[in-house]
Amino acid sequence: MTKTFAQLGFPGRLIAVEGLDGSGKSTQVYLLKRWLELQGLKVFFSEWNSSALVKSATSKAKKQTLLTPTTFSLIHATDFADRYERQLVPLMRAGYIVLCDRYVFTAFARDVVRGCPPAWVRGLYGFAAHPDLTFFFKADLEVSLQRILVGRPELKYFEAGMDLNLSNNEEESFRIFQGRILDQYLAMSAEFNFHVLDANHPIEVQQSLVREVVASRIDLSAFVGPLPTEHA
Amino acid sequence: MKKSIAKGRPRVSAIRITVPKREQHRFYGHGLPHVDLGQLSGKLIVVEGADGSGRSSQIDGLVEWLEGRGHATIQVGLKKSTLVSEELDKAQNGNILSHTTMSLFYATDFADQLENVIIPALRAGFMVLADRYIYTLMARDLVRGADERWLKNLYSIALVPDAVFYLKVSPEILVQRNFAKSHSLDYWESGMDLGLSRDMFDSFLKYQKMLIDEFNHLRRTYDFDVVDGSRSPAEINADLRRQIEAVIHG
Repeated sequence: MTKTFAQLGFPGRLIAVEGLDGSGKSTQVYLLKRWLELQGLKVFFSEWNSSALVKSATSKAKKQTLLTPTTFSLIHATDFADRYERQLVPLMRAGYIVLCDRYVFTAFARDVVRGCPPAWVRGLYGFAAHPDLTFFFKADLEVSLQRILVGRPELKYFEAGMDLNLSNNEEESFRIFQGRILDQYLAMSAEFNFHVLDANHPIEVQQSLVREVVASRIDLSAFVGPLPTEHA
Repeated sequence: MKKSIAKGRPRVSAIRITVPKREQHRFYGHGLPHVDLGQLSGKLIVVEGADGSGRSSQIDGLVEWLEGRGHATIQVGLKKSTLVSEELDKAQNGNILSHTTMSLFYATDFADQLENVIIPALRAGFMVLADRYIYTLMARDLVRGADERWLKNLYSIALVPDAVFYLKVSPEILVQRNFAKSHSLDYWESGMDLGLSRDMFDSFLKYQKMLIDEFNHLRRTYDFDVVDGSRSPAEINADLRRQIEAVIHG
């Protein structure tokens, strides 16, 4: 079993949020970040699929739909490794609270739905320590779908799982694909100790639970940052 | 034996082209999703070795020979995928990516070629000649401290080749061949990123020795033929042809 950062002796703590697109997890992690920042704590926020070099490769590939399940999985693992080695690990060494919008579990769910063997995908990410706390935002599939469909006039090709030929209709494909991802998430929830939150509740209700759990699981006083050197 | 029979026949019979014996391909481990191995009728032949080991001239010789015998060939190599080769070059020039990232980047490049070039070609019955395969990638990573179990899982997607030839040449000969060819040593082929020595010549010798050791180690898991690369190109090619002939006849 992969160890958490705390178990590996890192002074930092990593909190990950997971959930379907449209589950509201990004809003929640943003509010958590603001709360921690405003207390003067050392906080860093990191997003899935955000390193510049790999971005150039993925966006090109996505446009040309060159990716297969295997290369899709590998290129995201590459992106993650880049962020992990250059950003997450140094920050964890420096004693930061690192907030991750999606972590390895996103790959475990998505890549397996695309047909990659679960053991292979988990092995790929074997170099990465696990979060000290993982929130899973569990929304009803229809709620997530409506949020996504309203917010975006057009679904992205891979987001809708169009590469899997589930349906020629983008909305239908999205529905099937996200449903399968949800099943994967739920299946690993116990194994990876997800803290499951009901994402159908009001934003404020969820956020107070998030803050409560964070405060009880992490000694926040240990993460006070250096005093600001000047006032703006 | 088969070769001598072929030789003794009158010229016209050379038109009768041998259809390679079909053998079931397999993956090293997990493999790729959605691939029907039973459809792969071609043969995958890998030539491994350092820069200066004579890989490309050996492959040229094999292509000529195979085509002369009526087999369709296709060549693949590392860092040639449409997906990420450009980004890989950029990363290499800047030397900005850390080890795991670099390993995964190369693996992506490999997987892209495996799925989009190698497998379709094998399905179409081609003789696929690979200028390096997963072993070089693994040896380079192992030298840089990668976890062997992690690497083996990563490359468990690879297809087991029908033949793998590792052209083994001593670092001392390699260095001379590299100078004879380009009067310089390559930064990466000298392992300069490892800080083995600030002297490039020294670093090259040390690094190539380490790679040879890793190849010897990998041989225990991945079956490949070690070919004495210090002989003349013609001698080596004759050796490879003989072994490929055996693959074709099954």
